Amino acid sequence: MRIKALVIRIIRQFVRDKRTLAMMFIAPLFILTLVNLVFSSNDYEPKIGLVSDQQMVVDKLKSSDKAFKSYQNRSKAHQDLSEEKLDAILEVELPSTTITLEGSNPSANKASIITIEKALKSMPTQDTEKTQVNPEIHYLHGSADMESFDYIGPFLIGFFIFFFVFLISGVSFLRERTTGTLERLLATPMRRWEMVVGYVLGFGIFTIIQSAIIVSFAIYVLDIMMAGSIWLVILITLMLAITALSLGTLLSAFAKNELQMIQFIPLVVVPQVFFSGLFTIETMADWLQPLSYIMPLTYGGEAIRDIMIQGDGWGDIYGNVLVLLGFSLLFMILNVLALKKHRKL
Amino acid sequence: MKSVIEVNNVSKNYQSHQVLQNIELTVNKNEIYGLLGPSGAGKTTLVKMIAGIETPTTGSISVLDSIMPKLNTMKQIGFMAQSDALYGELSGKENLEFFSSIYGLKGQKQKDRINQVSKLVNLTNFLEKPVNQYSGGMKRRLSLAAALLHEPKILILDEPTVGIDPVLRQSIWDELNKLSKSGTTILVTTHVMDEAEKCGQLGMLRDGKLIASGSPKDLKDTTSSATIEEAFLYYGGAHHAN
Repeated sequence: MRIKALVIRIIRQFVRDKRTLAMMFIAPLFILTLVNLVFSSNDYEPKIGLVSDQQMVVDKLKSSDKAFKSYQNRSKAHQDLSEEKLDAILEVELPSTTITLEGSNPSANKASIITIEKALKSMPTQDTEKTQVNPEIHYLHGSADMESFDYIGPFLIGFFIFFFVFLISGVSFLRERTTGTLERLLATPMRRWEMVVGYVLGFGIFTIIQSAIIVSFAIYVLDIMMAGSIWLVILITLMLAITALSLGTLLSAFAKNELQMIQFIPLVVVPQVFFSGLFTIETMADWLQPLSYIMPLTYGGEAIRDIMIQGDGWGDIYGNVLVLLGFSLLFMILNVLALKKHRKL
Repeated sequence: MKSVIEVNNVSKNYQSHQVLQNIELTVNKNEIYGLLGPSGAGKTTLVKMIAGIETPTTGSISVLDSIMPKLNTMKQIGFMAQSDALYGELSGKENLEFFSSIYGLKGQKQKDRINQVSKLVNLTNFLEKPVNQYSGGMKRRLSLAAALLHEPKILILDEPTVGIDPVLRQSIWDELNKLSKSGTTILVTTHVMDEAEKCGQLGMLRDGKLIASGSPKDLKDTTSSATIEEAFLYYGGAHHAN
């Protein structure tokens, strides 16, 4: 009953606060879109230089895709490549096939390789027998390991949900204290745990909507790679949001005002980016690596990526769900204890 | 007369700072008890302990025969804090709905109580308005309404009439008198001397000590003062002479 009253009140307050609502729902979409544009433009049209002693191959390739431009002179092609007039050079000198990529831009690399592979596949069989011996790929700059949105996208979904929910829930719980309404509630027979549960449920409703919107947007609008089930991704993001929610409300007990709440971002939220798997943990100092185990985002980000890229199912990720659930429960219990500072009962 | 609030030798420290020292007071049923004192005297800390929010460092407080803090007893207490603890985004009605649900009121009973208390504080026509558009006085009145919703046996009001115009202040005091006659015990803090005259019993609080208590008339007579202010000065001065 009391929890229900609290849930209804939070929903009403939230709906009135249009700007915070927008921050929760639209800001993550905006940033995701921006990152998507920065890291991969799918419409990139590569320019590929073609050097071959076989006139027939040149004709076939040129007719298959207008990206190809033939060069008589190998060194002229390489000069154009280094001047960034070309994205890649395909050299067909039977029996070997070599691709040289300019390499600076991951999306250009990807587009070039896809175009070349498509073109080679379209060659008639008698030719492909000779040319489809795995082309050797060289890079002028960079390497094949450069990230793209498909790789970092899943982490960003998890991170933005964590970040915004942490901030909004933390600040509104803090405001309950600074405006005196917490004290007012503590003068009622409401129990401390009812207050914490009420907050998690009230905000939980909005985080369900938020998770669904952000995940759908990333998959259907930004066209991020999605090998597994969208429901599992929403489940994980929701668990991550509830962890952020319980952590935000817990830490707000240790902040005196909104600015101090914001100061928790570099302390609590930013380190998670480094340790959550977005960057390779294996290359970090040994003593630093175990830190990733205490970061909720490690478990959320990993699960989201495995579902989206490797197509993992419930059997592979339920461990991560349990860990996130454990974090949430721990933070909620600590918050019930932290509220003791304001009322012993 | 039956006592409903008993404060027994209560002291309160925050770290090494002593806010209240050996407070003894008793509030009887149906009484309007006023705690008079300048700001910083410890009035708010004392009423918070009686309301069950804070706990005494030493000594004990019993309300309705049970030692505070106790959640069950807190159901019988209506508390109006010094700051207007209201949700600005919500309308007056939604605030009252929230606080009444916490005390378990629902359905028709809830509607009836909301209508009654908002009529009492003269806010019926402003219930749909968001609270952050209310004036200071309207917020005080809404806070008072929220404290009255569950028909508490004991009403604790921390500086209820600050920032309220004299006409409305008079009508609030009329209401408090009515409530007191109908069986509610009222504990009210104030730093306004003339307001203290309206209380049945007075406790004078200064620097964390209860310097005097009794009915306003007794306090004035014993000190042969014309006003409560003079009486307060007498007790405060005596305290200094020590």
